[in-house]
Amino acid sequence: MVSVLSLSELRKNYGETIAVDGISFEVRKNEIVGLLGPNGAGKTTTINMVLGLLTPNSGTILIEGIDIAKQRSKALSMTNFAAVYAPLPGNLTVAENLRIFGMLYSVKNLTERIAALLHQFDLEKFRNEKCGILSSGEQTRACLAKAMLNRPQLLLLDEPTASLDPATARENRVKLREFALEGTGGVLWTSHNMLEVEEVCDRVLFLSRGKILLEGNPKTLPGEHGKENLEELFITVAREPLTLDL
Amino acid sequence: MKMNRIAAIVYRQFCLIRGSFSRVISPFVWVAVDMVLWGFITKYLNTVSKSGVNFVPTLLGAVLMWDFFVRVMQGVTTGFFEDVWSRNFINFFSTPLLIPEYLCGLVIWSIVTSFLGLMLMISVTSAFFGFSYFAYGMMLVPFLLVLFLFGIGLGIFASAMVLRLGPSAEWFIWPIPALLSPFVGVFYPLSTLPIWMQRISYLLPPSYVFEGMRSIILQGSASWHGLFWGATLAVLYIALACGFFTWIYRHAVRTGLIARYSAESF
Repeated sequence: MVSVLSLSELRKNYGETIAVDGISFEVRKNEIVGLLGPNGAGKTTTINMVLGLLTPNSGTILIEGIDIAKQRSKALSMTNFAAVYAPLPGNLTVAENLRIFGMLYSVKNLTERIAALLHQFDLEKFRNEKCGILSSGEQTRACLAKAMLNRPQLLLLDEPTASLDPATARENRVKLREFALEGTGGVLWTSHNMLEVEEVCDRVLFLSRGKILLEGNPKTLPGEHGKENLEELFITVAREPLTLDL
Repeated sequence: MKMNRIAAIVYRQFCLIRGSFSRVISPFVWVAVDMVLWGFITKYLNTVSKSGVNFVPTLLGAVLMWDFFVRVMQGVTTGFFEDVWSRNFINFFSTPLLIPEYLCGLVIWSIVTSFLGLMLMISVTSAFFGFSYFAYGMMLVPFLLVLFLFGIGLGIFASAMVLRLGPSAEWFIWPIPALLSPFVGVFYPLSTLPIWMQRISYLLPPSYVFEGMRSIILQGSASWHGLFWGATLAVLYIALACGFFTWIYRHAVRTGLIARYSAESF
């Protein structure tokens, strides 16, 4: 299967502190990969490097085979992201924000695309509302709509359902799952909700102290390591990684 | 560079000003108020002065030019600050947007707002105080050009400073024009200044504009050589400012500053 994202020996350190320690992995087409790990494990650092917001000390990042270090703009035109820590500017309306980001991503038939996304993410009634006055759940949906604008080959989602109510979170998981299955793109997804990860991810990577400790199918991985479920495995990775049979 | 990405930056600024009256005040309302204030001051000076000097083209014209320069600079910095205030760097710089496109968008927006502001200032001063920009003849064009170029360069430099030092560093930026004004001789000839200040003045493009303005009004001609040197310096400063901004941006990407920009770094 063709990779939409390929990381090779990626490393980032801040002085003596190693944030990401030579990780390598791939995200393939029509695949949702969960990037899991405790706080400070290096998940967001990895995502920031893939988004071109942070330069790695060494290693390569290929998006659809394009090296982000050499052709940053071209590589980023095939990605998009949504994260709880990066809301859309609150002083513009939902429609204005979507138009601006649509222009930045050179989206064709932008007006129609915006209308479709407003409908898809149930944002039509907030079309002319400033993003800053929306509830956190509505803002998250606006962020997800922005993330889908350019039909990205690589979609990066950093805790995308963190502020959604359970019903809306499920609806959005379904939409994102459809995006991965029906389109030609892949998704890299971080979350602390292990039930969600088990539901949507095809494969998970457990990151701890900047290294990938485990990789596998979220449904079978816990059993392979003598754990009942993904949450138990997560807690072990976070607290007692040496007890795992690696 | 892609036009649609530059247009996105301009469109964002347009949406912001369209949806907020407070954003109209700085580039348009305050400049009009400033012109009214200085208009009355020059009118008063004309009545009490026995020198016969008409203060309208010298003083009011100088204030108009200086306000134009300040608006050009703030057109760039305010556009940049909008992204600081709305914590927009992660969103913007994770798109295909290139730094030259981003800066180009800010500069275009600055051109639009500063020229609208200039039109307003000229309208107010000519309608109420008899100011005529024809007093400067064709030299008005290079005067405005030099101020415009230097304003752009300074705006980009100031934005780079805020990118490097963090959001609170914007308080260093607002007073920059006030800090420069004594050196560039907005209200008095450079010969009034002590030698050490004059040496700094020669490195500042607006100095050549204000000297030229006074020279035209009082002697009927201005030094093209001085203006050419001022324009050359201004172009050089733009190139240096763009290089500086790019360097700071790369530093911010290398150190992770962009990703955690909302945290104070200074």
